[in-house]
Amino acid sequence: MRVTDLLVVGAGPAGLGAAIEAARLGAKVLLVDENLKAGGQLYKQIHKFFGSGAHYAGTRGFQIADILLGQAEELGVETWLDTRALGLLDDGTVAVLRKGKVEPVKAGKIILATGAKENALAFPGWTLPGVMTAGAAQTFSNVHGTLAGKRILMVGSGNVGLIVSYQLMQAGAEICALVEAAPQITGYLVHAGKIQRAGVPVYTGHTVVEARGTGEVEEAVIAQVDERFQPIPGTERALAVDTILLAVGLNPRTELAAMFRCQTTYEGALGGILPVHDGWMRSTNPDIYVCGDLAGVEEANTALEEGRLAGVHAACALGYHGEQAQEKMNALRESLRSLRGGAHALRRLSGKERVIEKGESAYV
Amino acid sequence: MDGTEIYICRCEEVTRADVLQAIAQGCHTVASIKRATRAGMGACQGRMCGRLIQQILMSQGIQSPETIEGDKPRFPIVPCETGALGGGGDGE
Repeated sequence: MRVTDLLVVGAGPAGLGAAIEAARLGAKVLLVDENLKAGGQLYKQIHKFFGSGAHYAGTRGFQIADILLGQAEELGVETWLDTRALGLLDDGTVAVLRKGKVEPVKAGKIILATGAKENALAFPGWTLPGVMTAGAAQTFSNVHGTLAGKRILMVGSGNVGLIVSYQLMQAGAEICALVEAAPQITGYLVHAGKIQRAGVPVYTGHTVVEARGTGEVEEAVIAQVDERFQPIPGTERALAVDTILLAVGLNPRTELAAMFRCQTTYEGALGGILPVHDGWMRSTNPDIYVCGDLAGVEEANTALEEGRLAGVHAACALGYHGEQAQEKMNALRESLRSLRGGAHALRRLSGKERVIEKGESAYV
Repeated sequence: MDGTEIYICRCEEVTRADVLQAIAQGCHTVASIKRATRAGMGACQGRMCGRLIQQILMSQGIQSPETIEGDKPRFPIVPCETGALGGGGDGE
């Protein structure tokens, strides 16, 4: 049995932010992550981030991960990688699987930063080899140095679809087309511009309707959709591709939060079902905090700030009051408000406000 | 497979038609569809099909964003060797 003040599950930007801030206030922190390297999705990002200097603008994602992990280690955070949280045991401890054995962890507070998983899209032939999620293809290329395919259809024009398309082109693949069911590109135009300037055809108002091939993908059929996103018969067109990548959103990984009986809600703009939380990232279980994509799918910078906020609040709740803790929390909440201030974040912002309202009502 | 069948749970090879049939028989939650069809009982424990089934329930008008619920997670939430849970016989 391992006893610690704070257990943080997930070492992506949210978990790292939480661990850093709690340790800075003096809490004893154990940070666990299922991957071999810390950083979550940051570790796969080879492009430079933009935004403000406070959020590492101009730095590549994997370098941000290294910076944050370095800070966490300097502050004495104990990090267990290749370690999976399996769930709750009867005595209230968390079972984590490490080096082939289960170790129970007893913690005063727990911060869940378990992230999100990619959505599937079901159509005839989608189980053929050659159909995979865009994030999986990014892991293949940017972590393992393997190209998922040579001729690719990308489905979805959010930032994941746009960025992964560009990176796979840099790695030598051809993006034969990108289809987007919405009437316009949904990701940032700065990312869209990179692939459009390179000549990638972007078909808005289109989706993939079938994958064909013997034993593997040889052809993708795309079609125009109506205003209810239903394919319009007669508009089908076949593309010779060997790979179909799905970049159709992500949904929060809520399993652990649900085991802790955290109340959940549904917010489409934030990825679907997620645990509600108050303005300090506390779930309806006062010992459990949620942050990052688990608390609503957004971006790395919002995840980092939510994690920091949860870390400060949890440390205070454990009795580690720093002099400026309250000021810091207020500043983090202000930072989150400004990160969600743009027109592109309107739906996310109103979703977050509803989530927090439900979370606050648990503490009235 | 005749080329038009759509798999929803690839681990347990449950199709969209199987899910719709379960709904017609009165399964109106992700959990009850799982018990009727095995969708979500495979190696990945519903990581892919869980949300697809939520979408089917909502598109059929059975559930709405206000009422939809995910499946209840079970211990362990990710696959692990049985031996890892047994203490390995080293006296611990």
